[in-house]
Formats: sequence, C-alpha cells, structure tokens
Amino acid sequence: MNIHEYQAKLLLARYGVTVPLEIPARSLAEVRPAAEKIAASGSSRVVVKSQIHAGGRGKGTFKSGFQGGVKVASSIDEAVGFAGQMLGQVLVTKQTGVDGRRVQTLLLAEGAKIKREFYLAVLLNRETSRPLIMASTEGGMDIEEVAEKHPEKIFKESIDPAVGIMPYQARKISAALGLKGDLFNAGVKLITAVYHTWWECDAAMVELNPLAVVELRDGKETVMALDAKISLDDNALYRHKDIVEMRDLNEEAPLEIEASKFNLNYIKLDGSIACLVNGAGLAMATMDIIQHFGGSPANFLDVGGGASREQVTAAFKIILSDPNVKGILVNIFGGIMDCNVIATGIVAAVTETGLTLPLVVRLEGNNVAAGKITLAESGVAIITGDSMADAAQKVVRAVGQ
Amino acid sequence: MSILVTPQTKVLVQGITGSFGAKHAQLSLDYGTLIVAGVTPGKGGQCFEHGGRKVPIFDTVAEAVKQSGATASAVFVPPPFAADAILEGADAGLELVVAITEGIPVRDMVRVKRALEGNARTRLIGPNCPGIVTPGEGKDSHGGCRIGIAPGYIHKKGHVGVVSRSGTLTYEAVWQLTSRGVGQSTCVGIGGDPVNGTSHLDVIKLFTADPETTGIIMIGEIGGSAEEEAAEWIKLNCQKPVAGFIAGATAPPGRRMGHAGAIVSGGKGTAEAKIAAFKAAGIGVAVTPSEMADTLLKMM
Repeated sequence: MNIHEYQAKLLLARYGVTVPLEIPARSLAEVRPAAEKIAASGSSRVVVKSQIHAGGRGKGTFKSGFQGGVKVASSIDEAVGFAGQMLGQVLVTKQTGVDGRRVQTLLLAEGAKIKREFYLAVLLNRETSRPLIMASTEGGMDIEEVAEKHPEKIFKESIDPAVGIMPYQARKISAALGLKGDLFNAGVKLITAVYHTWWECDAAMVELNPLAVVELRDGKETVMALDAKISLDDNALYRHKDIVEMRDLNEEAPLEIEASKFNLNYIKLDGSIACLVNGAGLAMATMDIIQHFGGSPANFLDVGGGASREQVTAAFKIILSDPNVKGILVNIFGGIMDCNVIATGIVAAVTETGLTLPLVVRLEGNNVAAGKITLAESGVAIITGDSMADAAQKVVRAVGQ
Repeated sequence: MSILVTPQTKVLVQGITGSFGAKHAQLSLDYGTLIVAGVTPGKGGQCFEHGGRKVPIFDTVAEAVKQSGATASAVFVPPPFAADAILEGADAGLELVVAITEGIPVRDMVRVKRALEGNARTRLIGPNCPGIVTPGEGKDSHGGCRIGIAPGYIHKKGHVGVVSRSGTLTYEAVWQLTSRGVGQSTCVGIGGDPVNGTSHLDVIKLFTADPETTGIIMIGEIGGSAEEEAAEWIKLNCQKPVAGFIAGATAPPGRRMGHAGAIVSGGKGTAEAKIAAFKAAGIGVAVTPSEMADTLLKMM
C-alpha cells in the first residue's frame, strides 16, 4: 500500500524525523487558513504541493494546461490562486501515465532555504534478506540514474535485524553525506529515526528525496525531510490499523478495488485479450504466451487456489467492464479442485453475465475429462484448448477475426 | 534417491486442526506420506483421524518430535503466528520446515531468516509455497512424500528435478513431464515471497549432487536476482542438462504480480535479464510455458 507525502511525514515525525511546518488541505476553504498559519510562523513563502501517489509532480502538467504540480507562492493570495488551479484537476507526470491522477489533497508547507540536498532510503535487500540504508549526496535527482552513472556516489549500509541500527552505522552515513558539527549529530538522529520508521511501520520502502540541509530563519542550519515517500508491506497491515486508515481509494484503479472484494488479484493492462488464471506464476506465464503468439494481454488476474462459481462470475464482470477486451482466455490447472466443478462454474458465469465475446477455456488436472464434457454439452459457445499454447493461439485467432 | 525428503521421511503438521492444514494432512495421508504427528497448541492429547488412521496431536513441536520421531514439518498456521511456528520447528531440531502460509509480513521473515543463520541442522522452504513432493512408486506416484499443497497424482517417480517459485506453474511443468512418461526425483516450490528460506541456487546444488537426478527444470519469475545467481553457479558447476522458464515478460514495471516478490523495480529483476543469464549459462530456455518439458527432453 502507498500513502501520500503528507501521511508519510506524519509517520516520520512520529519517530523523530524533522519535517517542515506543513498543513494538508482538501478544499479551497481549507487552503487560506492553512496558508495564513504558515505565513504567521514567519515563512515568507508558501509551498503548494499536489498530493498524488506518483513522482515527478514538480515537472508535471495539469490537463487544464496549468504547469507544475508543486508551486512556491510568495503571498497568501498567490498560494490560494495556485491551489485553485490544482485542486480537483488531473495532474499528468512521467509516472502517472497519460491518464494522470486527480489531485484531491494539497499540502501547504513553509518555504525552506535549501543549502544542500541528499537522498536517503531504507529498503529490503533481497539478496541478503536484511534491511539496507542507501544514502547519496546527489539529492533531488532520479536515484536510479545516479546508481547507473555514478554508483560510487551511493553509500550503502546493511543493518543486522538482530540488533537493529547501531549508532556507529548512523554516524558512518552522516559522515558519508559530508555533514559536520551540529549537522553531523542532527544527521545521526534523523537517519536513526528514519530507520525506526521503516522497521516499526512495516514499510517496504521509506525514501527521502530530498533530505536537505536548510537554513532556519534565525540563521542556524538543520537537516529535514523535504519530500518523503513510504510504501507499506501489505502483509503487515493487519497490525497497523492507523496506517490502514490512510489508504486513499482515489489512487487505486476502481476495477482493482472491486476485484479485491472477491479475493481476486487483478491488474489492468492495455491489451485486448483478458485472462483468468489460478496462481500468480501461471497467470504471468499466460500473459506471456498470449503475447508470444501475437496477442496482447488485457490484464493479470489470479483467482487463487480455488476458482468458485462466484469468483469466476465476479471475474467475468470485471473483465467485461474493460472496453478494450475482445476475447477471454481461461487457464485453470485444477490440481486439487475438481475440473468438472470449475467447468460448471464457468458455464454458469457465462450464462449469468451474458458473455458474447470469444471465450477459450483450457482446463487441466483433476477430473478434467468430465469437465471438458460439461463445457462441450453446455450449449454455451466455448472454444476449448488442450495445452496453454493451443489455447493461446486459439484466442489470438478468435480476436483477430 | 531424491533430495530433502524420501518416502520414509516422517512428517508432522503444524496447524493440523485448521481447515487448510487438516485438508492437506488428509490428502498427504491418502498419498501414503508418513504423517506421524500434528501440533496445535491447546489440543495436545487429541487425535487427528482420517481414513481409519489416527495421528496424535501435541501442544508443542518439541513434544511431537520426541514422541513421533518426525524430522520434517509442514507449517499451515495463519500469518501472524507463522514466524513463531517456523522457529519452533527449528528449535525442536527438525531437519526440514516447509512453510506453506501465504501473507507473512516481510519483517517477520527477516527476523526468522536472521535467527536461522548459522543453523546447519534446519532448512526452511517457503513461505508462500506449494511445498515439496518426492513421488512414490505406486499408482499415480502413491507412496511418496508430499509436504504441502501440491496435487500428488500428477507426479511420477523418476529422475528430473523441478524447482520453482510458483505453485500452478510447477504443476504445469510436472504434468508436462508425467504426460510424456518422464518422472521426477523431487519437485520443490520455494515460494513467491521476497524473503524465503531456500533459494533456487540452494535447490540446484542439491539436485546437482543427487546421483538420481539427471535433468533439472528451473522455473523463475520477475523480481530479485535469485535466478541470475543460480544461472551463474550452473555455468561453472553443473554438468546436468537444465531447462528454464521465466514468467512475467509482459508484466508492467513497478506492479506486484500476485506474488509479493514478483515486481520489477528500478529496472532490476526483469524477465529479459534473467533469460539472458539463463542463455549465458547454457540453460535451455523454454520460449513458452507449454515447452518446459520438451525443452529439457531435447537436451537429455
């Protein structure tokens, strides 16, 4: 699960990470008092930031033509003006795709006088099965590009989960970022707090880009998280009720939300051949084989270990609400489940949904002979495939006609 | 022979009284697997009955091991309690703990993996995996050792080793082999999570050392770099024919494809990179999942 920047900063602040003075606003009515509060704190500028689950906001463009999803205003009125151009509008960035995302929340923040920018992230290193802290002096940049062009500028520190982050490790990272004196100590405190946020919240990733040295209004400098991104481990959400409440359904595809209600794992793609498969690996392989034979998959859809009539019916309804779909491939390996039960469910689902698109079914496994007879005698127009390759070729041909 | 388990392996089931654990304990008993004990805290002293057989239930794994002589376990306990169950199995001295449970928090597995570091006695397979099958000699491979949720009857005793992250894709490969009259030594599902106990490479090493395994099918998917590591080792150390398939070539970057570990992020873990690593290692690459068995058989 992903959360918004302002939510990520709430979590980070909870564990002791310094963040700017910030106030979220969901309507224009909330914008002015928020901007006034920030101005009253002594900040001469107010930053207005669109809150969507995608990066590249600053360089994004609204479908209205308004440029920039992050704006710096030098007055309260200007901040309110920017907010009016952003709230409720669709923002397109390099990460959103052409459809963009509708901005429903803004984050108003104090303007910071940035002296230096860094990158800091905590994530799982799959090769060692241990947490990894990554830091770089190249803040505010695309970190993947830095990793590719200047790998020497990325500092990595592996954390032993048995003891957690040790103070010397935070000191190594703070030193690698070139922090000195009071800033060095502030860096140590912040890095430690970011790690604790990752661990305690069961995060998949915590990323500060940029983490920055900023000059405060009294002339002193400090380090703070100017931007933050947190994604959570879905498996661990059951023990974080407060974080679950941060879920923003507006950021998720409606069909994917609908699918999750039926324990279906559905991901929409751009192709024309829908597939319905049991098991994640087999579902991916089914998408691949459709493409191999010249078709294009319309979705990933894993119905899990079962494939009950209710699930198949729900799956058909979800598939059919995608207007790009021109044909369906059902690929079920009924290892334990009775293929005849699955076949009966498919026939019932076809009848209930009034399916008219070409449907190719490939069944394999337990009691498959009876299942095939059920499909053949159903009177429903179903094309059967013997192997995955046979079924994929048949559906590609049927859609091509 | 086989790897990890034989038809003589004594197996206990952790979470035997839950609906999922009970169903698959029954299927394993039907397959002829030696299910010798069950563990459900608070139900010690009761019996799990199926088909006229009685399996004693214990409160702790330690007690179950002591009384039954089990050396392997299948973990079916729910995600919040699974990490504890795995470490209880290791503490009791089991040689093999197979964690079937799906949905264990990554942080729990990071701790489990750390706790098992340096433990030369216990091997963990999974979590979020279909388990392991060493086929038996009877009809439909009856009499084998089945730990987990794989359908037993699709197997056939023989000499091909199968290792995969995915369940149904493993069944697909096994069924392709069996349909062509080719049997398997052992089939291992290592699971689809980003942190797992046993890697592709660990299983490949076991198959390479097993004199009864004469060919290997390795099925991978997008995400991580475990397939590349295994391919690198195969190139230098494995003389046996290996065929492979990588699922997820059409998966969009940044999206998790069902399995928690199946994600292309930051340009890493792509199907293209894994297929290239397979080819560089002399592994026969099945162009479609329909050709996994044929690709291997052509090499043997």
